[in-house]
Amino acid sequence: MSSSEKTHGGQAHGSVKEYVVGLILSIVLTAIPFYLVMSGVASDTFTVIAIVVAAIAQVLVQMVFFLHMNGSSDQTWLTASAIYTVFILLFVIVGSLWIFEHLNHNMLMGH
Amino acid sequence: MTALTNDHDTHDHDDHHHHEAEAADRYMFGFWLYVISDCLLFCTLFATYAVMSQNFAGGITPHELFDLNFVAVETALLLLSSFTFGMAMLGANEENMGRMKLWLKITALLGLGFLAMEIYEFVHFSHEGATPQTSGYWTAFYSLVATHGLHVTVGLVWMAILFVHFNRDGFSHENKIRLACLSLFWHFLDIIWICVFSFVYLRGAM
Repeated sequence: MSSSEKTHGGQAHGSVKEYVVGLILSIVLTAIPFYLVMSGVASDTFTVIAIVVAAIAQVLVQMVFFLHMNGSSDQTWLTASAIYTVFILLFVIVGSLWIFEHLNHNMLMGH
Repeated sequence: MTALTNDHDTHDHDDHHHHEAEAADRYMFGFWLYVISDCLLFCTLFATYAVMSQNFAGGITPHELFDLNFVAVETALLLLSSFTFGMAMLGANEENMGRMKLWLKITALLGLGFLAMEIYEFVHFSHEGATPQTSGYWTAFYSLVATHGLHVTVGLVWMAILFVHFNRDGFSHENKIRLACLSLFWHFLDIIWICVFSFVYLRGAM
């Protein structure tokens, strides 16, 4: 398996095997949350947690198997900018929800 | 192309391929920076959607409209297209034009199928009374999902242009970089779709 042959963009070429593994993992991680929601077998809380975990896992799977990101030293800038982006995403999404939650609460409860 | 590699002459001046690889690295990193800034654009749309997620204004709710079987097929099309693009990249790495083009055509067809389903869905939702004007929720829904759809459309146009480039110049250095950039873009769109089907459709259908 010459799966780590280097090429453009600090990305490895990848191999058929790598893409197939990525595809299978993605299918499994898609099927689980769809099944849980469509069948309604689990509690709502459990289902929501499962959706979030499966989504994060599948994003990571695709970054590793399709985008060939591996955090190696020749990808330092790639990894650093990706981590930076994750922080910004968290700030924006969690921050927005937090602020609006407070606004809703304070306006509806008539403080 | 060469202008970007000039400052590397000091430590490496004998290997043309090394220069090409260096140039490709820079182009790919530049494109990567575009992709993560695009990611921030989607981030603001997701944040808006999250804030608006209960603002139905007495209108129709996603729970009444979302058909998960339909969304599952859309998801399968886009996920498969991400995989087939990977196969096209492997064909390109071996400079196998026939294989690369075949997989790229399959990718384009899957992308078109996804887009057709999305447009059908929007038309269907509008007929059922969920237009962008219906409520804050539907404004946020259409902004987010249609922005993704617009990106897929751009990806398909880009794919068509690449076919022209490859027919004209074959596996030139520039064409390989273009294909690698489009590959990154296409995988990125699939990653955004994972978040869309999880947080919009699955959560909305609950």
